[in-house]
Amino acid sequence: MRAGSRRLASGGQIDRKRPLRFSLDGREYAGYAGDTLASALLANGARVVGRSFKYHRPRGFLSAGVEEPNGLFTLGGGGRTTPNVPGTVTELVEGLTARTQNGWPSVNFDLMSVLSLAAPLLGAGFYYKTFMGPRRGSWEFYEPFIRRAAGLGRATHERDSDRYETRYAHTDVLVIGGGPAGVCAALAAGATGARVLLVEQDFLLGGGLLLEREAGARRWLEDARAALARLPNLEVLTRATALGLYDGNTVALLERHDHEQPDPRRGAARETITTVHARAIVFATGAAERPLVFTDNDRPGVMLAAAVRGYLNRHAVLLGRQAVVATSNDSAWETAFDLAFAGASVTVLDECLDISAELLERARVARVRVIPGARVQRALGGKWVRGVKFATQRDPARRLECDLLCVSGGWSPAVHLSSHGGIRPVYRQDIDAFVPGGFAPGHFGAGAMTGALIHVEALASGQGAGLAAAGHVGHVPDRPPPRVPVTPVLNRPARPTPAPVVDAPGKAFVDFQNDVTVKDVRQAHQEGFEAVEHLKRYTTLGMGTDQGKTSNVNALRLMAALRGIETSAAGTTTFRPPFTPVSIGALAGRNVGHHFRPVRRSPLHEWHVDHGAVMIEAGPWLRAWYYRWAGATPETAYIEEMRLVRGGVGLSDVSSLGKIDVQGPDAAEFLNRVYVNDYARLAVGKARYGVMLNDDATVLDDGTTARFAETRYFLTTTTAQAAEVMSRLEFLLQTAWTDLNVQVVSLTDQWAGMSIAGPKARAALRLAFPELDLSDEALPHMGCREIEVEGVPLRLSRLSFSGELAFELYVPADYGAALWEHLLASAAPLGIRPYGLEALASLRIEKGHVAGLELDHRNTLDDLGLGKMARTSKPFIGRELRERPELRAAGRWSLVGLECLEPAARLRGGAILFAAADRIEGHGRGYVTSVTWSTELNRFIALALYQGGLVHVGEEIICAYPLKGEQVRARIVSPMFIDADGERLRV
Amino acid sequence: MRINCPHCGERDYKEFRYAGDAVKTRPALGDADLRAWHDYVFLFDNPKGAHREYWQHVLGCRQWFVLERDTATNVPGRTFRPRERGSR
Amino acid sequence: MRDRYSALALARHAMTGAAWPRAWRSAEPKSTYDVVIIGGGGHGLATAYYLASRHGITNVAVLERNHIGSGNVGRNTTLVRSNYLLDGNTQFFEYSLKLWEGLSHELNYNVMLSQRGQVVLGHSPAQMDVLARKGNIMRLNGIDAELLDRGDVQRLLPYLDYSTQSRFPIHGGVLQRRAGTVRHDAVAWGYARAASALGVDIIENCEVTGFRREGDRVTGVATSRGPIAAGRTAISVAGHSSQVAALAGLRLPVESHLLQAFVSEPIKPFVNHVISFGAELFYISQSDKGGLVFGAHIDGFNSYTQRGQFQQVQTAAECAVALIPSISRLRLLRHWGGIQDMTPDGSPFICRTPLANLYFNGGWCYQGFKATPAAGWCLAHTVANDDEHPLVRHLGLDRFERGNGHDEYALGLWTYRQ
Repeated sequence: MRAGSRRLASGGQIDRKRPLRFSLDGREYAGYAGDTLASALLANGARVVGRSFKYHRPRGFLSAGVEEPNGLFTLGGGGRTTPNVPGTVTELVEGLTARTQNGWPSVNFDLMSVLSLAAPLLGAGFYYKTFMGPRRGSWEFYEPFIRRAAGLGRATHERDSDRYETRYAHTDVLVIGGGPAGVCAALAAGATGARVLLVEQDFLLGGGLLLEREAGARRWLEDARAALARLPNLEVLTRATALGLYDGNTVALLERHDHEQPDPRRGAARETITTVHARAIVFATGAAERPLVFTDNDRPGVMLAAAVRGYLNRHAVLLGRQAVVATSNDSAWETAFDLAFAGASVTVLDECLDISAELLERARVARVRVIPGARVQRALGGKWVRGVKFATQRDPARRLECDLLCVSGGWSPAVHLSSHGGIRPVYRQDIDAFVPGGFAPGHFGAGAMTGALIHVEALASGQGAGLAAAGHVGHVPDRPPPRVPVTPVLNRPARPTPAPVVDAPGKAFVDFQNDVTVKDVRQAHQEGFEAVEHLKRYTTLGMGTDQGKTSNVNALRLMAALRGIETSAAGTTTFRPPFTPVSIGALAGRNVGHHFRPVRRSPLHEWHVDHGAVMIEAGPWLRAWYYRWAGATPETAYIEEMRLVRGGVGLSDVSSLGKIDVQGPDAAEFLNRVYVNDYARLAVGKARYGVMLNDDATVLDDGTTARFAETRYFLTTTTAQAAEVMSRLEFLLQTAWTDLNVQVVSLTDQWAGMSIAGPKARAALRLAFPELDLSDEALPHMGCREIEVEGVPLRLSRLSFSGELAFELYVPADYGAALWEHLLASAAPLGIRPYGLEALASLRIEKGHVAGLELDHRNTLDDLGLGKMARTSKPFIGRELRERPELRAAGRWSLVGLECLEPAARLRGGAILFAAADRIEGHGRGYVTSVTWSTELNRFIALALYQGGLVHVGEEIICAYPLKGEQVRARIVSPMFIDADGERLRV
Repeated sequence: MRINCPHCGERDYKEFRYAGDAVKTRPALGDADLRAWHDYVFLFDNPKGAHREYWQHVLGCRQWFVLERDTATNVPGRTFRPRERGSR
Repeated sequence: MRDRYSALALARHAMTGAAWPRAWRSAEPKSTYDVVIIGGGGHGLATAYYLASRHGITNVAVLERNHIGSGNVGRNTTLVRSNYLLDGNTQFFEYSLKLWEGLSHELNYNVMLSQRGQVVLGHSPAQMDVLARKGNIMRLNGIDAELLDRGDVQRLLPYLDYSTQSRFPIHGGVLQRRAGTVRHDAVAWGYARAASALGVDIIENCEVTGFRREGDRVTGVATSRGPIAAGRTAISVAGHSSQVAALAGLRLPVESHLLQAFVSEPIKPFVNHVISFGAELFYISQSDKGGLVFGAHIDGFNSYTQRGQFQQVQTAAECAVALIPSISRLRLLRHWGGIQDMTPDGSPFICRTPLANLYFNGGWCYQGFKATPAAGWCLAHTVANDDEHPLVRHLGLDRFERGNGHDEYALGLWTYRQ
């Protein structure tokens, strides 16, 4: 790739005292601080640095910025492998390692370039027309080959070892772009006292001024940087890309922290996403130069004129000694003058005949040869440009030797960000460019992005925009703004330019990265893909990593010419964020790995972990699944834990249940409306199991609610629905039933809850609290009491989920562990042990209580066998829509119990149920919701929903589980497998 | 998007919960008109343009309120407390 | 007439340099049609194609406000699958997948169906039971499904997060090998080309501004390009269903919500299946061009803006990294939004309406793209016969009055917005 050094002995804005080593494809190179990977490679003589997407054409750098379509690299290695990074925006750091992409065996000699020979076959949309035979599904034969050929870099499957941050920022005025316009805007806004944030994607402020050779430009920048630093209310962020504009003046910002070394220091973030909320925004996003469209315009050595000037003046890299500058506007002339100043022999081919006297005079002085009215037809050369064929009015076939071809087809204002909000850009004929079609309130444009392409205009518009933005947020300057300093002037950086020719022969590229040529655009037009979006999608134009920053306008102008309409009538594509690609890891920030989502832990969490609990994710919660005392696997442990509860006494953590305090004179009426059953007549000191419905009469949630006083209830919800129920209660009280005087407060996190269950539960509790009267008379089934133990409030209810005699105890969360340990210690003589979620869920199945898998938003009260709970004499939510005919129809799937009839087999959740005589196909008559081994019945049992429900009790059915090839016989029984009369609860 | 909570001021929309059309009239509790309940629960005007909708400041004051918002642009307008004049 | 597409035709055109004809005719609206279809998206164009090819009704116009395929057919994440649970939905989506399997040949247009298989992951024993139920239903309906345990998933997709860092560990999954992806734009273009060849008029830049009615009968439409009389009229404009239905005085059980989609830079093959995260709504696949395509949940409030909130972009990225930790280093190239009809039960509508000769197709929620061929097939049948196709009898507008909602995802009435 090398052909000697192109670095000049002096000049540029690089720090020659800080040489840096880096490598490409394993070879070591040297550059300087202040280089980009691209400038350093070019200084080292780089030519071919990449291969194109489709034809694998050799490519060199086209640009010096974010618009780069060709020079993409894979940076780093191992878990830090990062593909597709443009070398033009990669700041050079010591030890950077880069690899070229998409060439095999190398980008310099790429065997895949044979694809170029097949180019006539591979026109726009060729794949839609073939790969269909010989059989249905033949595409899948071809697809793997195509997939392997496509794609750019190769990614790693190793875990990213870096970390990322996210943060929020608030500011009065956000200025996007640190070129002359943005700097002026920031200074003007800052001088009013408004809080200002200025962001620049480059590692240096200056924008277009960084390209200038004149010392005046550099002095201006130094003064401006000093002035910015003096304003305490102004913050400047470089290496910060504004990715997108979102609703509510929200701008997403990517800050890169990779400028000291390739990888972050230990503990430091690689990148930070900042969500900026700005009260006003100044867009000073600049403009990007467009290439010219002609045959073989993708040859390495054909480069954007301003980029060549940037490499020369900023990086002291002279890219050719015999240069041709082909242009349709004045800006590229500056490149010609600067190249000549650096000692190159330069010829300008200007598409215009009418060239200003001033330019001609400067050319004469600089000894730059000028050929007006010249249009480039073809670049010559293979892996680097060797010459150029062009036409003038008099001579249609001229050629020039050259070792650098600088091109400029005009400028495209960077209207991306300002268009993200939905305001479409409009085409300006006088500069042949799209400019913002307007600004939302509080948005202002400045500089080149508005079409103000001359520095002096940019400065003035920047100052104006800065003042306007500050004014928008109520800050006015207390003194007149400083005079805008003047920098070198360009005459007509943009002027109306001829559209690309529609009949360029061979491969004249419009989109470099995706290999879209003039011929492809022509073909799209012929086939009717004229709408911009059709053109883009049919040819893949503008869909590369550069998102068409150099190609979209040329393509639009071509299509307009083909259609014979004005470019302004051809429409534009929609600009989509992000402005430049952004790491997915940065977007995820710190919400990765175990911190992907917040973890909710019970106040007893540490105890569980310390005492052999195996924890399991239950929605946001971590809960004790089972304890190792009972077994090594969940399959065996839960059975031991069940035996414990059925035969002795166990203790389980139910802190994750939703707990809501309901108070007020109308609390009874409120609950009466919310629940299907009656709470108004619930006696103080009693609790009741209740069910609430959705408006559409499906079951929302269930739980027990205790009445501790005339006007005070303690409501519990399922773990899963706690937040939903709370929000719903608030909605009803605040919007629908504002006449009710009731307050609701969530106490879920404030109270620890535990259930002590088993035939020895009362004895155990007596050991823990010998002074309490726990007799059946004092605390009957469904009774509840508020007591105080050593100054700690304790809520005690005699409730059972397991079907055994059981008590629920609630204490303030901080006392949870103390109570838990006290219960275990006091009742140790009775053999008390903790039991986990799996046993909890299994015990309730034996008792026939519904839970999560039955309460899935699809089922009605009657489906769950709870219809009799509804007190229809009073109104409640869901009462009316419950009467819809299909919800009342016979034969709905409703709750039954199942007993496994095959001793060697088991029941499984998700099995589909069939009557014995049914064909085993279709959707069956129901399905198994929850399964457990029953320690009481010594067989597998299940809850299920079955067509017609309990009218089929006693029938034998088939549980089909084709995923495992199983069909198991089971008998329909009552879902209450144990203690149907509830005798165990009333002892 | 930013939403101006009538109690807490402007906050990120992620702090809020959306609950749809606030113009629809919830039938009175016990109203036995099945059609009225059906329309309230299942039918939406779903306008492209001005919309009044319920939001709750879930991660803030937990108050429900009515927000005026243009669904074609997401530009939020006034907020109302429920039942406040003009909230419908 | 049109050139038949084939490798041979490509070679002929390459050698002779002959121009290809337009893929579909650019038609001017006539004053009257047998059938007018409002909406030139995938569903509308498919409907026109099946009306012409299966029902012999060729005097058909497809009216598109913008250009064809400018709505959700070109904005989705390109997934096709038939892993559906509920009676009716299972059969409908399997029918759709069968039509996908023959579509390139049917249309002589390569829509690039890639049946690379979809794995839906489960992250708890209970979730595995829910997945198993669906897988069992699929098998019982002749649809391929395989139950995977954690080890199976790890062998198939070794790059997911199996570490102790994982917030929601993978317990297993269900694989449908016939599920996969389709090149979405090609579907609109392929149907348009085939329908146009059969005589259907595809009229772009033609916005419907009203309905012509005689009593409770619809007789045509008013458009930005003049009135058009129609024997029968079908609405197929999901995302904007409420707007168009309102022109006919209908209120729908539909709210319009924004769903975002995301694509990364193109890379060499990295993900060879469609993978659905089970802890949150998130799904990912890789396009033939190399971009990782992913989607997540709706933004959460009704909107017609076609651009999403940044926070939802972050949420999607979080899911991506939670599922595939190495994706962290790859870069998001573009994200965009589409407007989808959300319905109270998550299921769509293909049916007659209270107005005679007016038919409705919409309410597709997350699943419009994969339904395209069957939606077109069934809507064409419904329009041609003035009676619902048996596959969509359960998808009427009146189902909520009867209490016959089809809550495929058990999301419930309120929570679907979250």
